[in-house]
Amino acid sequence: VIYARALGDTLRHTLEADPRVVMLGEDILDPYGGAFKVTRGLSTDFPTRVRTTPISEAAIAGVSAGLALAGYRPIAEIMFGDFVSLCFDQIANHIAKYGAMYDGAVTCPVVIRTPSGGGRGYGPTHSQSLEKHFLGLPHLRVVAGSLWHDPVTLFDGFLADDLPVLHIEHKLLYPLQVATNGDASLATIGRDGSRGFPPTVSIRLVAREDCSLTVVAYGYQAELARRVLERLAIEEELFAELLVPAQLSPVDWAPLERSVAATGSLLTVEESTGGWSWGTEIAAELGSRLFGRLRRAPSVLASARDVIPSAPDREAETLVGERQIEAAVREAAA
Amino acid sequence: MTASLETLDRRIDERLMGAFGEPRDARLYRRMRFIRRFEETVLALFEEGLLNGTTHACIGQEADAVGLMEHLRDGDHLFSNHRCHGHFLAWTGDAFGLLAEIMGKPAGLCAGIGGSQHICAPGFKSNGVQGGIVPAAAGIALAEQLRGSDGLSVVFLGDGTLGEGVVYETLNLTALWQLPLLLVLEDNGWSQSTPSSLNLAGDIAARFTAFGLPVVEVAGTDVLEIEAAAGEAVAGCRARQGPGVLVIHTYRLCHHSKNDDHRPVEEVQLRWAYDPLVVHAIRLDPDERTGIDREVDDALEDCVTRARRL
Repeated sequence: VIYARALGDTLRHTLEADPRVVMLGEDILDPYGGAFKVTRGLSTDFPTRVRTTPISEAAIAGVSAGLALAGYRPIAEIMFGDFVSLCFDQIANHIAKYGAMYDGAVTCPVVIRTPSGGGRGYGPTHSQSLEKHFLGLPHLRVVAGSLWHDPVTLFDGFLADDLPVLHIEHKLLYPLQVATNGDASLATIGRDGSRGFPPTVSIRLVAREDCSLTVVAYGYQAELARRVLERLAIEEELFAELLVPAQLSPVDWAPLERSVAATGSLLTVEESTGGWSWGTEIAAELGSRLFGRLRRAPSVLASARDVIPSAPDREAETLVGERQIEAAVREAAA
Repeated sequence: MTASLETLDRRIDERLMGAFGEPRDARLYRRMRFIRRFEETVLALFEEGLLNGTTHACIGQEADAVGLMEHLRDGDHLFSNHRCHGHFLAWTGDAFGLLAEIMGKPAGLCAGIGGSQHICAPGFKSNGVQGGIVPAAAGIALAEQLRGSDGLSVVFLGDGTLGEGVVYETLNLTALWQLPLLLVLEDNGWSQSTPSSLNLAGDIAARFTAFGLPVVEVAGTDVLEIEAAAGEAVAGCRARQGPGVLVIHTYRLCHHSKNDDHRPVEEVQLRWAYDPLVVHAIRLDPDERTGIDREVDDALEDCVTRARRL
């Protein structure tokens, strides 16, 4: 089953399992079913709880906030991750604030889902990975879907928790098959993590002690990193452990620290623009925690600090791809 | 402090809100006087150095909240803004909780985290960013609609808030979905230091009617006129189980927050002639009025004394 379908099935599951779930978003009604078809079929079966909205991202987030304050479990879709900028005030000054600033008297468990990332030629304002601007906001969870995290488990976790969530869905994951345990892949897939966090997935072809590098990546970049590492392992016996967290912020440090302590080298991979990013935060923290135990300074791979061109060749030069990952892995594994 | 004392402290003080069955004119006057004296007390405590941060007094606008509250009931929900003290006090009467909050005490409404403009109580919330509370209030109205309950969601805006885009997004959604949301717009003519003439194009009511939202408009500071207009607006919302707007053209007699008033002195002085307390006080027997004034002052003094001990 492809990721988009798994996600749609998950949303259907939440509507069936929890009468408090209400979905808001632009163009999510059937027969269209959302710009990326994730919500297709839901409005037909849940007409009052799956609602199309005007082109009003701030109001989508704000109305979701009110629903959540009143005991509902809104799951909002923002059509493109780029448009989450229009929700920033609602997320930073309202949704993530209410619980803490009212000293715990209320909760505001809004889930905002948004398709992000490039690779489809949509150009400068429909291709970005803006999630880095939300990382570190107190009382907000930022979670990125991957092929190795079962969306049902993730969303059940969101609904069981009282914190708001920004859920990032890379567009290029939608048509890919989700991985299940015992896949055809040669790799060993493990899970590690602390209480209260979604598991961090570990993918490697050899024992951790035989890996010369830990690569940390999320979303679609994690799939690209897996392809690169599998190729390098088979063709050149260059072994690295790939760690794929679902939750970007707050970070579950323990599984990352355990791996990097064993391999002695860290490379982070993300699609957002370089600098002030997820990767720089991880590099700084692990560099500090494991100072003296690393073979080399941590490496951070991110996309060019530029707009994302629409032209395919120029877009490929701008965004992190397999070529850049391979070069960074070779350097960091040395 | 023990739980029982806490409960005692939070009990509605009849000296501030009026005993059950108090005649309407006396009750309205008492509550306006309560809000006025609370705001003056807070400003005095600031001068004394007992408070930190900031506050936005609603002196001159007391009749808005007091008149409206005559028509709201349990099950309704209020969302207010930076200038929220009057709304909160008229709804709950909890002077001690708010004072302790503004003083930054653990016994405050939000343990001192929220301060003057971020407060929460049953059926009441406020937040300090302009405009952003409007969709949240609409979301609460949507929740009421989905539940099939008859609760009304009420949100307070100022004329300055009409500069925020999210307000119009919400007006559109509210009208489309016929949400049980009452928007109460207090137009006090000044957005912080900037007059409406530099901030606001066109007509205020027309902004709402453009979305098909019914508007009740009242100009002035007479609490009876405001109470009647609020009654009409609330009754309309309840009858339609849908949205409505109450526009009140009023005036802020005090500064925006603290010591920041650069408005023409003559303009403000002229407006003091229409002080809502003065306008309404003539309807009361002078002795009765003096008695109410004394009770309110005594009750607030008790509050301050208790709060100082925290």
